[in-house]
Amino acid sequence: MSMLETHITYDEAVSRAKKYQDRYNSFVTIIDDYQNENSGILKGIPYALKDNLSTKGIITTASSNMLKDYIPSFDATVYEKLKASGAMLVGKTVLDELAMGGTGTTGHTGIVKNPWDEKRMIGGSSSGSASAVALGIVPFAIGSDTGDSIRKPASYAGVVGFKPTYGRVSRYGLFAFASSLDHVGCLTRNVLDSAIVIDTIKGHDKHDLTSLLDDDKSYRDLIKNDINGKKGFYLKEIIESIDSDEILDCFNKNLKSLKDLGVDISEVSIDKNLLRAIYPAYITISSAEATSNNSNLTGLLFGPREEQPSFDKIMMHQRTIGFSNLIKRRFVLGSYVLQKENQEKLFLNAQRIRRMVVNKINELFKQYDFYILPATSSIAPLFDDEIDRLSDKYLIAENHLVIGNFGGYPSITIPNGFVNKMPIGINITSRQKEDEVALSIAYHLEQTMNYKDQIAGDERV
Amino acid sequence: MNVYKVVIGLETHCELNTKKKVFSNSNNIYSQSPNTNISAIDLGFPGILPVLNKESVVKALQVAIALNSKIPAKLTFDRKNYYYPDLPKGYQITQSKYPIGEEGYALIDIDGETRKVLIHDIHLEEDSASLDHVGDSTLVDYNRAGVPLIEIVTEPCLNSSSEAVAYLESLRNMLLYLDVSEARADRGQIRCDVNVSLMKDTDTKLGTKVEMKNINSFANVKDAIDAEVNRQREALDKGEAIIQETRRYDEITKTTHRMRDKVESIDYKYFTEPNIPDISLKIDFISSVKTNLPILPYDRKKKYLELGISLVDANTLVRQKDISDYFNQILGEGIEAKTACNWIISVVISYLNKTFTDIKNLSLTPKMLSEVIKLVESSKISGKQGKELLTKSLEDNIDPIEIFNKSNMTQITDIGEITNIITKIIDANLNLVEDYRKGKNVFNFFIGQVMKETKGTVNPKIASDILKQELDKR
Repeated sequence: MSMLETHITYDEAVSRAKKYQDRYNSFVTIIDDYQNENSGILKGIPYALKDNLSTKGIITTASSNMLKDYIPSFDATVYEKLKASGAMLVGKTVLDELAMGGTGTTGHTGIVKNPWDEKRMIGGSSSGSASAVALGIVPFAIGSDTGDSIRKPASYAGVVGFKPTYGRVSRYGLFAFASSLDHVGCLTRNVLDSAIVIDTIKGHDKHDLTSLLDDDKSYRDLIKNDINGKKGFYLKEIIESIDSDEILDCFNKNLKSLKDLGVDISEVSIDKNLLRAIYPAYITISSAEATSNNSNLTGLLFGPREEQPSFDKIMMHQRTIGFSNLIKRRFVLGSYVLQKENQEKLFLNAQRIRRMVVNKINELFKQYDFYILPATSSIAPLFDDEIDRLSDKYLIAENHLVIGNFGGYPSITIPNGFVNKMPIGINITSRQKEDEVALSIAYHLEQTMNYKDQIAGDERV
Repeated sequence: MNVYKVVIGLETHCELNTKKKVFSNSNNIYSQSPNTNISAIDLGFPGILPVLNKESVVKALQVAIALNSKIPAKLTFDRKNYYYPDLPKGYQITQSKYPIGEEGYALIDIDGETRKVLIHDIHLEEDSASLDHVGDSTLVDYNRAGVPLIEIVTEPCLNSSSEAVAYLESLRNMLLYLDVSEARADRGQIRCDVNVSLMKDTDTKLGTKVEMKNINSFANVKDAIDAEVNRQREALDKGEAIIQETRRYDEITKTTHRMRDKVESIDYKYFTEPNIPDISLKIDFISSVKTNLPILPYDRKKKYLELGISLVDANTLVRQKDISDYFNQILGEGIEAKTACNWIISVVISYLNKTFTDIKNLSLTPKMLSEVIKLVESSKISGKQGKELLTKSLEDNIDPIEIFNKSNMTQITDIGEITNIITKIIDANLNLVEDYRKGKNVFNFFIGQVMKETKGTVNPKIASDILKQELDKR
């Protein structure tokens, strides 16, 4: 059942948010006196916003000490649209600082824990949004996705995470991480709700030159379209890099279900070296853009500022004490790859890799409507797990979701099983501007499984 | 002493007079009260995105076309990254890879000769905030942040300070003709960076260049170049090497001082602005801008010369767009070019010069001036009377025709009356009639007497005809 038919009330949502806050830390700010008189399609439905979306008059921190007291003077377009729809804002959710990182451990207000197992991460960077939805606090939450920041935590949290086509949802008011890769999307507990949310927040925005023209489609209607005859593929090299039999079993079950629905799925092979290059290319491009995008955080115009003898000392001091080491590492990396002597070899080559990957996928999309792959190669890691970042398991199987950002493709993760009592997810990605294709495959696949509307925490059934 | 060739390149920044800023909806008005024309976008708050203002593209394109540049098929923007309090985002959106105009040229007149100044490129960017250093503190005014700016970069092709200033004046004039900028140096709307190097005549390579940034008036550009040329010449004569560096010009001592090492040492880490997708400049769009381009001073001057106006007068007419427009409007009233030019120069411009007035503030419209000229041309009043009318009109801000109607100003055209006057004058100067017969030039003396007698109100043509007739009779 969609949230339009039945949903938790705003008051219940607020009290549940408060109840879970100390245990899971989903929120930077819980709003218990929210007012919204508008009557729209989402009237009265509680939701959460990732704390990197600008909300006028409501503190917005990006989970960074650099913005710990920042109160925006304008609304993000997404928030404006949700306000107009009548939805009720329960709170602003924790993220990895400035949306960089995928662990949910780097926010300035502490770590976010996985509702299915508190010893495990929930992933990130839309960590609090994923946990608020998984805990049943809200039926939907807004997140942002630059590499996999909606779709990976969705997988670890057993919820649906959808990132529409680049430009489908305005980025105006989203604190930029890497502008060419940043997407606004949503987390829900079923595919239909994702379609409803995106129907509400999508559309051309005169404040965002990269926003697409209105497509005048109703995704909540289109997702129910018959998928018989659709053609999909998966990448052989990625499947081969996954060592978990349980994850592969769930994947194969999904393939069989889709075949039963008349969907044709092929195995496609792709150059392994190109796949191995995705993560380095992503880190290069995103760090470069991030270092520039966050150059406004100096303490001069907003944010904390301490007296210093000169303005360069103010900036230097504030940026030294304000950012965590992970952020500084990315900024140094980003500056390094943009330096004149390195640009050609590092930054521009990374962009060439991005183009090669996108060209390859676009070529396949001439033949196929979508591709399907396990969202992650493992369940949510323990907080003290160590990752070998040079292994194929990491480079190939753990980072393919970035392809969706490289190409701006609509891409959705839905829960498709449990391994060691932890949820896992399956990802479906389709051609640019064909958001309804990824959504409809996901919607029909969801019907073949029992993970729709699942809730973790005390309310777990 | 060695002989050196001076090589100068200029980078001119010019603020466009669009209604809104280049990437935000804030008003682009010059304001004395700081931080009044600002928005979240101008201040670089988290989450803002640039929205390119079309008017600024059109105006930049007009300049690119007027400077005979190659126009790219698509517009792209780049980020120039550096930390400074005048740059709230920490980067400036500019054009480094595909500027709006490339490989252009400007034709300028220097001492009556036409010179071609090569333009490397023209690019569109945003201005930074302005800083005011007061005692120990610095005040920041963000009104200027995000004002559209074009930078016009010449090749190193100018060879003297006077050439540089001639180019700047002609450029400024062109910008005013295009109505893309107020180009007021005192408001920082036009600012100049100057590169100077010296080379020996026998050298094939350019000498080491020195840059002087943000010079705020054309007079200072001239002085700064002269000072720097002297400094470099003395250094070279002593056998010293010129260091590539940025120097500051001190107006008071008229000398230049070292500021910092060569600019190449700052790495601005340029990369393509991801928030502005490539914008294709369609041929239709470019040609519509081209078609609507006003006729520029160089071409206007050519036209004036064709109409028989002297070079000196043509230069005077095009020096200011408003004067040239005024002149064109008088032509539009059907007045012959040379006549119109004489009236403007002898009456209007001399009045402007005498009173330091701007032609825009004149109460005398081109239409009014044309009416007066027509009165003279149709012999209703004399030229002298016409001038009197205009002078009074300019001084008292009254329509000259109104003055004319109230006065009993008429011209004596009655043949009998004029013949009477002339007969009296001839009778009183019979000795000169003898000279007239001998072919001596006394005709003008008689005309002068007639004018004096009639206080200039006689129709000169009729008077001259009758005078000749009467003298021949004697």
